[in-house]
Parts: sequence; C-alpha cells; structure tokens
Amino acid sequence: MTLSLADALAGIILVALTAYVLLGGADFGGGVWDLLASGPRRAEQRRLISQAIAPVWEANHVWLILAVVLLFTCFPAAFARIAIVLHIPLTLMLIGIVLRGSAFVFRSYGGGGGRVFATASLITPVLLGICVGAVASGALGETGNGKRETFLAAYVQPWLTPFAFAVGCFALVCFAFLAAVYLTIEAKEPAVQEDFRSRAIWSGVAVFMMAAIGLVLSPEAPLVHRGLLTAGWALGLHLLTGAAAITVFWALWTRRYRIARIGAAAQVALIVWGWGLAQYPYLLPPDLTIAVAAAPRVTLELALAAVSVGAVVLFPSLYYLLKVFKGPSFE
Amino acid sequence: MSDLLAARSQMAVSLAFHIIFAVIGIAMPVLMVLAERRWQRTGDAAYLDLAKRWAKGTAILFAVGAVSGTVLSFELGLLWPRFMQLAGPIIGMPFSLEGFAFFTEAIFLGLYLYGWERVPPRMHLLAGVLVAVSGAASGVFVVIANAWMNAPTGFTIEAGAFTHIDPIAAMRNPAALPQTLHMILAAYAATGFAVAGIHAFLLLKNRTSTFHRAALSLGLLVGAPAAVLQPFAGDIAARYVARRQPVKLAAMESLYETRAGAPVRFGPGIVIPRALSLLAFHDPNAVVKGLDIVPREEWPNVPLVHASFDLMVAFGTYLALVGLWAGWLALRRRDLTRQRRFLWAVVLAGPCGFICTEAGWMVTELGRQPWIIYGVLKTADAVTPMPGLIVPFTTITLVYCALAVIVGRLLYGQIVKSPA
Repeated sequence: MTLSLADALAGIILVALTAYVLLGGADFGGGVWDLLASGPRRAEQRRLISQAIAPVWEANHVWLILAVVLLFTCFPAAFARIAIVLHIPLTLMLIGIVLRGSAFVFRSYGGGGGRVFATASLITPVLLGICVGAVASGALGETGNGKRETFLAAYVQPWLTPFAFAVGCFALVCFAFLAAVYLTIEAKEPAVQEDFRSRAIWSGVAVFMMAAIGLVLSPEAPLVHRGLLTAGWALGLHLLTGAAAITVFWALWTRRYRIARIGAAAQVALIVWGWGLAQYPYLLPPDLTIAVAAAPRVTLELALAAVSVGAVVLFPSLYYLLKVFKGPSFE
Repeated sequence: MSDLLAARSQMAVSLAFHIIFAVIGIAMPVLMVLAERRWQRTGDAAYLDLAKRWAKGTAILFAVGAVSGTVLSFELGLLWPRFMQLAGPIIGMPFSLEGFAFFTEAIFLGLYLYGWERVPPRMHLLAGVLVAVSGAASGVFVVIANAWMNAPTGFTIEAGAFTHIDPIAAMRNPAALPQTLHMILAAYAATGFAVAGIHAFLLLKNRTSTFHRAALSLGLLVGAPAAVLQPFAGDIAARYVARRQPVKLAAMESLYETRAGAPVRFGPGIVIPRALSLLAFHDPNAVVKGLDIVPREEWPNVPLVHASFDLMVAFGTYLALVGLWAGWLALRRRDLTRQRRFLWAVVLAGPCGFICTEAGWMVTELGRQPWIIYGVLKTADAVTPMPGLIVPFTTITLVYCALAVIVGRLLYGQIVKSPA
C-alpha cells in the first residue's frame, strides 16, 4: 500500500478532526458537566469549568474550521455531497456551535446564558457524531446525492438512523469523559478534584458501554464493521485502545491524573483513527474514494505547502498557549 | 419565497451579521495595543484601564465573530454546494491561509485576554500585536476569495469543468488588491470612528474625564487616517469595476444606456455632467458602458445597488471630512474636549462607518448578481437542491436577531460602567 498525496491530505484532515475532538470536544464536555453540576460543590465545579475553557476554547474551535476548509479545498466533491445530504443536522450543529460559544462568552461577562451554554454543549456533540455516523454508514453514496424521490428519503433518512444516533451519543460521552479527566488536573481543591475523578470513572464506563452499543449496531455501517472486525490492523488497534482504557482506569483509581490525561487522549484519538482506517480508502462510502474525490494535483500540493508553513507558525504558538494556561506554573 | 431567494437571504443575513464582528476583530486589537503601549511608555493608568476595558469588549465581539464565521464556512457548502465543488480547489488556498491566520488570532487573543498576570509585559504587548496582524491577514485572505468571485482567474473551462487550475493566479486576480485595500481601511475607519463616537458622547457629558479623552484620541488616531484615505481606495476600486465589471458600475450609477461623457446621478435629482466618465476613466469624454450591454435577465437589482452605493459614498464622504477636521485640530494642537461642535460631529460619525461597510458589501454582492462567479456560474445554478430553505433562513435570522440584542445590551452595560 503506497500513500498518495491525496491520502496524506485526508490524513491531515483526520489529524485536525482528532485535535478538534481532543481539545474542542473537551470544551463541549465541560459544558455537559456544567449542566450536570451537582452536590455541595456545584458552584465550585462550574467555576472550574469556566476557568478551564475561557482562554482556550476559541483556539480549540479553529481545528474544526481548518478541517472544513481543507475538506472543501482538497475534496470538493465530498464536501458538496456532505453539505447537501446532511444539510439539516449540520445546520442544527451550527446553531449549537453559535449558541454554545456566544452564551459562554455572554455568561463570562455577566450576561447570563449559563443554561443555554450547557444545553448547547450537550446537543452539539450528538449532532457532530450523527454526521460522522451517517458518513460511516455509507448513507452518503451516489444515490444519496439529493436525487432520491422524497424529501425524507433524501435529507432525513440518511442520518436519522439508530447507528448514527449511537455514534452521536458515543461522541457525547467521549467528550464528557475527556473533560472530566482533564478537569481532575485543573482542579485546585482536593474535593472538587475527587468530584471529577468519580465523574471521569463513570463516564469512562459510559464510553465503554456506548462503544459496545455502537459495535452491536455496526452492521448498519458495513465497511466500518468489516474493518473493525477483520482488517489486519484491527486487532492491534483494539489492543492499543484497550490498553489505553485500562491505563486510564488504573491511573484514575490511583490518582495519577497526568497519566490519566495522556491515556484518555490516546484512547479517544485511537477511536477516531479506527474510524478513519476502517473507511480507508473511502471518503464517503460506499463509492467515493479519496482518490476520486481529490482536487487537481496543484491544489493538493499548495494545500500541503500551506499546511506545512501554517504548522510552523501554529504549533509553537499553540504550545505557548497551552503551556501558559494548562502547564504547571509559567516560569 | 423561492428556495433561491431564501438561500440568498440567509447568506446575506449571515454575512451582514458576521461582517460587523469581523471588522471590529480586525481593528479593535490595534486600539488595545496602542492603549497598552501608551500605558507602558507613560505609566498613565487611564491607558491601562482603557486597554483592559477594550479587551473585554473585544472578547465578546470576537467570540460572536468566531462562531458566525464558522457558520459561513459551512454555509458556503450548505447553500451553494455546486459553487464550492467547482471553486473549492481554486479558492481553497486563501481560505486555508485564513484558517491559519484565524488560528494565530484566537491563540494570541486568549493569551492577551487572560494573560495579564501570566506572561511578561513585552510578551503581552507582542501577543496583542500578533492578534492585530493576524486579524488583518484573515480579512485580506477572505476578501481575496470574494474578489475571485468578481474577477475569476486561474483556470480554463472545458466541457463545463474547470481545468488548468492555478490557485496562485486565482489569488492574484485583478479585484484582489482594490477590494482588500478598501475593506481593511473600512475596518479601521468604521471601528475607530465608532469608538471615537462613543467616547465623544461621554466627553460631552463630562469634559474633564482623562479616560474618555484618551479613548477619543486613540479612536481618531485609527479611524481618521483610514477615513481620509478611503476615497482614494474607493477610486481604485471603482476604476477596477469600470474596466472589469461594467454592468456592476452601470447599476451603481443607474446608467441604463452606454454613452460618452456619462454623468453622475446622486440622490433625488442631482446630476453632475461628465462626472462618471471622469471618475471611472479619469477622462470627461470617456465612453461608459450602460446596462444595455447585457440582456435584461443579467441585470442586478439596479435601484438597490444604486441606493446602496449612494449611501456608502455619502456617509463615507462625511467620515473623510470629519477625519480631515480631526487632523486639522490635531495639527493646531487644539484641546479636542473644548470643541463641542467637533465632538458632536464625531458622535454622528459613530455609526457611519458600519453603515458604509454594510452598504459597500451590498454594492459588491448584489452588483455581481445574477452571477455567483462573475460571467461563469449563475447563482441560481449553484444553489443546493434541498427544498424548504425558508426554514433555515428564518431560524438563522431569529438566532442572529437574539444575539444582536444580547450583544448590544452587554456592550451598553460595559460602556455605562466606564469611569467618569
């Protein structure tokens, strides 16, 4: 198997999506824990979440924009098809993104909107997952290109499926899990730290259960189902993911939160990459491959150049941002 | 309402909403940085206070700009999938670069807003400078993509498909320079005068406030030069339009028939002979093409384009005159707080820059119709096949109306809280 330039760019888009899930996803997860804040330390939990999200959420959000821009630059045919068939869930997701972001900043500056922020944080990840589930299930094939007879068949049935909904819930619990694990490190008060430790453990169990439900429903997504069960890399991937999951539980149990953070990020990243690998070489199964959807070579070369130059600027800046706000003390 | 009209309306609402926040996101960081720099040099606490308060306002506006910009990047496909399928590989380049510019903007804004106590002072100021630079760069890249829709270059069409794609040539399209120059100046003029207008109003109520005096001077420092330069940038843009998009120029000026020595018609009943030929081609006898060069179905909405253009020119001229007045007072070292008439003029100028910006975008977007890619692809052929587009249009409009009200209330609260 040789990797083409188009494969490399599809890989970069998947990297951007992974970064969005690990960073932006955790910000949504924070909103979920804001909604579920409970117990005597409810206010402290909410304050911690707010402080953790505020300096970084906008930068984390840009990963999604980068993925979309690279998708329409490098794979315009796939972008057009996604935009047509998934118009409804994508529009709802956008409204969720708008409400989450603006309600968060309004609340930070005394404008209220806490409930809107928390609710939008709950709904948006489900919609994102539904879109991914619809793609994975092969519902965006050629026949789904806005050419089916009825409105329902063309614009609703491709994504309103048990499998897509399961992927949506899976995304939600993954985001909540990431947020809870990250917040154990952010917490300064031991009691709040314990709150998020137990939340991390329980949401880790929920991730495992949703993964099982997704696997049961996965015959709806034949390509991904086959890939995850029979491909040569599948066993290795499952072992790695399992090892990461066990590490997280062990680390949470023994209160080694830094290890838990690395393990949780690795676990979720492996899940995203498992989806990508299972679909390969299809961008939109069952018929649109990376090679067929790819833009002309000159565009791909320039996009790769732009990403390379951009990365030189981006990574040091991003490192500095995370070091200042997420590192130990800034010296 | 037809699906096409609903899609166009949704795009118009989304752009009209986003552009306010985008413009402020470009110019406000410059004001923050200037205030912080003056504080670091003079130790005058009013400037530190100003930098912190402006940073708060910027945080609110930038967040709304970031999410409404995300909506647009998706809407390009949700509403115009056929356009994106054709144009994506050609104009994806500026969008990708914009993505990275936006990234640095968001990263350093986070550092600026929350890093006052966490990073050294020099680094803090540098973060502000990087926000300002990357904000301007984002604006330039996005406008380059829009310019390509007006002046599509860098490809050939063979059997309905684009071949021989050259994304670099597409970025160097002839509309790119006139449009980006005009837009960036508009951002500084609109934001600078809006800030100056607010603080001029508060100075009129309280003449001795050093806080408002400092804010007024910085607002004018950014807004006035941009407003004075803008007519020249406008002239460059208009001459580009005259040569490359004659139908748009004809709509801007309501010129129905091609003629030599064409006049400018302004408002109700003002006609200046030969002025259009002079302005568009720097020759009073030049032939200016009228709407008659294309069939009627290829006309844009002439009354709307013409009215928007007049509105932009009228308010823009007012801003330039107030800018000159400010420069004259500054040269003579007059105390601005004693010039009540001038302060009132600045108060009136406050909203003018944003009115100009909206009107200017109406001119360039409506004036390009019925084309989405000028002369290549009709807007009607690019729209999504999904029916019922009035539903997303209504939803987005309601969400944005609610956001506008909340943002307005929050900013009002911030301004009311400002020190006397």
